[in-house]
Amino acid sequence: MKPEHFNIIIIGAGPSGLSAAVRASEQNVSYLLLEAEQAPASTIRNYLRGKLVMAEPRGLPLRSPLPFTAALRETVLETWEKTIADHNINVRYGAKVLDLHRATKWLEIELTDGTKLTADHVVLAIGVQGNLRKLEIPGGDLPQVQYQLDDPQAYQDETIVVIGGGDSGVENALALTGRNQVIILNRAEDFSNCKDSNLNQLTDARKRGALDWLLETKPQAIETNARGEFPITIFANTSNGVERIPCHRVIARLGALPSRPLLESFGVGFPTPDLAALPLLSTHYESNVPGLYIIGALAGYPLIKQGINQGYEVIEYILGNPVEPADTALLREKFANFCNDRGVDDVLEKIRKSVPLLAMLNTLQLRELVLESNILLPESGDIIFKRNDYSTTFFFIVEGELDVLIDEDNVPDATLKAGEFFGEMALISGRRRTGTVRARTSCVLIETPRRVMQKLIGSVQSMRRMLDEVAIKTAVHIGIGLSLSEKDLNDLATNATLKNYAAGEELFHEGDEADGLYLIQRGSVTVSRMIGGREVVLFYVAAGHYVGEMSLVSGEPRYGTVRAAIETQAVLIEAGRMRDIIARNPEIRSVLDARYMQHLQEQEKRQQMETMQDSSGSLNQQTTPSNLISFLIQQGVGEATDVLLIDESLCIRCNHCEQACADTHGGATRLDRDTGPIFANIRVPTSCRHCEHPHCMKDCPPDAIHRAPHGEVYIDDSCIGCGNCQVNCPYDVIQMAVVHDQPERSLWQMMLGIQPKSSPNIDGPKVAVKCDMCKDIADGPVCVRACPVGAALRVNPEALLSYASDASGEAALLGSDEV
Amino acid sequence: MQRSNIFDYKHYFYFKIAVVVILLAFAAYLIFEPTVGHYGGSWLGYVLGTLSAIMVLWMAWYGVRKRRYRGSGATQGWLSAHIYLGTALTVLVTLHSGFHFGLNVHTLAYGLLLVVVISGFFGNYTYMIYPRQMTENMGEDNLDGLLLRIAEADKLARQIALIMPDNINNTVARACSETSIGIGLLEQLRGYQPNCPTALAVEQLTLMGNDLSTEQRKPYRELYSIMVRRQSLVKRARQDLMYRSRLGFWLYFHVPFTIALLMAMIAHIVAVFFYW
Repeated sequence: MKPEHFNIIIIGAGPSGLSAAVRASEQNVSYLLLEAEQAPASTIRNYLRGKLVMAEPRGLPLRSPLPFTAALRETVLETWEKTIADHNINVRYGAKVLDLHRATKWLEIELTDGTKLTADHVVLAIGVQGNLRKLEIPGGDLPQVQYQLDDPQAYQDETIVVIGGGDSGVENALALTGRNQVIILNRAEDFSNCKDSNLNQLTDARKRGALDWLLETKPQAIETNARGEFPITIFANTSNGVERIPCHRVIARLGALPSRPLLESFGVGFPTPDLAALPLLSTHYESNVPGLYIIGALAGYPLIKQGINQGYEVIEYILGNPVEPADTALLREKFANFCNDRGVDDVLEKIRKSVPLLAMLNTLQLRELVLESNILLPESGDIIFKRNDYSTTFFFIVEGELDVLIDEDNVPDATLKAGEFFGEMALISGRRRTGTVRARTSCVLIETPRRVMQKLIGSVQSMRRMLDEVAIKTAVHIGIGLSLSEKDLNDLATNATLKNYAAGEELFHEGDEADGLYLIQRGSVTVSRMIGGREVVLFYVAAGHYVGEMSLVSGEPRYGTVRAAIETQAVLIEAGRMRDIIARNPEIRSVLDARYMQHLQEQEKRQQMETMQDSSGSLNQQTTPSNLISFLIQQGVGEATDVLLIDESLCIRCNHCEQACADTHGGATRLDRDTGPIFANIRVPTSCRHCEHPHCMKDCPPDAIHRAPHGEVYIDDSCIGCGNCQVNCPYDVIQMAVVHDQPERSLWQMMLGIQPKSSPNIDGPKVAVKCDMCKDIADGPVCVRACPVGAALRVNPEALLSYASDASGEAALLGSDEV
Repeated sequence: MQRSNIFDYKHYFYFKIAVVVILLAFAAYLIFEPTVGHYGGSWLGYVLGTLSAIMVLWMAWYGVRKRRYRGSGATQGWLSAHIYLGTALTVLVTLHSGFHFGLNVHTLAYGLLLVVVISGFFGNYTYMIYPRQMTENMGEDNLDGLLLRIAEADKLARQIALIMPDNINNTVARACSETSIGIGLLEQLRGYQPNCPTALAVEQLTLMGNDLSTEQRKPYRELYSIMVRRQSLVKRARQDLMYRSRLGFWLYFHVPFTIALLMAMIAHIVAVFFYW
């Protein structure tokens, strides 16, 4: 039988695919929409009931006949189902694509049920969520086996087996406890892949008897039971043999399969071997397989509105209709003050020509970058950013020259020219700016958010390489000395190597031969020594500093062990090359010598303190400074820029810190005073640490999380309440709350401490709230200022260094006995 | 970075001010001997009296200030000043009175002031000693967590007790339902319950275990350990409540007496000016 032929086959009835199908039906072309599930938009269908579906980016106009506005999940689905009916969309449900390949004349598709189809054009819009890993065991396809949990409230008094010890499995299991009997099957020997918070809840739940788990257990088969209370029985292979568990339901959370292998089986090419890389696409979304178009999340556009617009555009492109991409108007606006006499494409071409780094991007990537960026037009003398600012953007120079001032003397230490870029140090380290940049002439700059840069670095290999090279050079320049000749500098930089370390990994070990100098680029390290038979942490060294100079100067073996406190990147300059430089540059020699002497003194002092406190029985051995540093690093201070600590020996538990926070921040306190670990009377309460590389920023759809110049990580008004940041935060400091203005209390209420009647639950959307270090409040953090006894304090990790080397500061921090 | 508590705030800045105020008042008292002798109505008396009245109002304002989160500055400095200047106030008003006391509204105001200051001293004492003990008692736990664990222990204990002989079951049931944790101010302040049913239960269980069958022994031992754990949890919860109530209890004197003081002070001033 001859396979059915269509002009266009659209695979995937998500937003992008639906949009394409609706447009195709409007244009009266022969088309077919294939959907593997039994209903359209399965990803949105799998959202929890009543979840708000967002329509970001707000500025982007919607141009498709498929209607879409931000609304509840149910409303969105209803509207789309109505559109499918109204347009009489030619859709085939339950149609899974098995194979897709290019034949000479057209593209051939084979479905799992054996049906063969051919098409001139195929639009692939399957998203990235549909590819859930399934149980490859007998019975894995039974109706009682599910791979998603939509609404945990829907199940009552059931025995449910959850397979998978990852976060999603554990979260599902926890959501089901209380009303159901829950058992988790975990292939691994523990739940070490889980977030700490999940692990704690899990352990608690098991202690309470709310759930149980089986470790090192693999499911073998699932069988239906003809009678009895339980409809199915799962057979699992444990270390003690096969266990049979009768149950009502199995929920398997095995993660999603990466879509890359699937695309590669279709012949689609990728630019880098990175599994997360995006497929190579033309400006018309066409892949390297002629006639195969990829749109939506699969093409790297995770937002619904983008996908819907692409669905429209791709049909127009296929039909050969010129269509201006939806973002052109936005780009035109961006270029309003810059080359506004030229067309958008022209300006983009000019940018690409003047900045080599941007020439590495394809047109789609460049458009997206410019859309997300700002065009800055500073005049001569304008300051772009100051040294020690926290700012997270990256700059490309399209026109003009700028001066870099690294030290205090107001004499330019370097010049940046058109085509170059700057801001890579802060991009990599997540720390303060290492220098001030000032415009020398009038310039044209593109200021790109860090998030966009990181996405690009992830998919454009050559860009990453170039950035790394420049970053190494800058690190050497700033770290070793500004007095190096250009030749020496280049020589050092080209021979330096970039090294990555996982948390806890050693850079080098006490007693090792010196292999070189390590410039810490991102992350932080601890320096420790064996003293009296135990490892004592002497120092904490943050990004932007270097370690390993002591042995280099003295020629002796390594004096201590250097270990990454968190994920760390360092530039290694070989010992031989370094010695050579030192020999030829007396200035660098004296700098390193001075540091060597200073370090020796500090270490002596610290060592004395440690041994003194060790031997005197009266002082708790626990409270030695090194233990305090280790404790704080465990609590995430190593990646923090500012942490709230509470001295429990002073705290009178009055809760004014929390109340002050709630009162000034819309009624929801952003700190929890009485939870959090304690060490030597110092509590690290549940409150934001303002990480160097904020975990919360990783996946924020409206890009609402920013970093202010002084380091505050804050969430702006565009938060849509999706909760991603709450999930991503490893310290559980973000919560979802309804924010509403707090009435000022009356004089009487304040005098007598009467709580105003709490207003009844005000309806409103819940948004993510977290500490913003009171960046908009004149005198600084209210939690600290509201503390009547001075128990609340904020520290930054650099201050740790001074605690460690300054005995008096130490005593004050530890709240020693004197009052 | 140096951190300080309310006493050595800014290197005892307010302590120094308080000392200067006291010394100045004494000096004035000794140097200037008004012709009418030392009493509130002399010119020096008026000066000291006016100063004291302003300071009393300012002290009382602290109650408002510490809850005014939207203001500027640090509360810690205010509290430090409140403590030292409040102490200095006792000297000022004593000198203001010129040591004339009697059964009248003037001396009443004086007495109330002393009560307020002394209760404040007691507050300082609690602030100095209890926070550290609270941390030692609770560690990283908080009260809600303890109560939750007690409730869990109850549930388990009741389940096991069901398969035990009646006397054990009754003892456990009584312990679970009659143990009170900080009910009433007195019990909170004391930090224990006289004849605590949980403690009694542990004591009695020790004796009741003798005539159990062998298969009852294992659950019995489990029950016993749960009850022992419950006892220590209850003790810690009570201790925590005790510390909390003691940290706050003195305020029941400090604040009402402040208000009484304000009333008496107004009466005192009105009386002085009307019945000159």
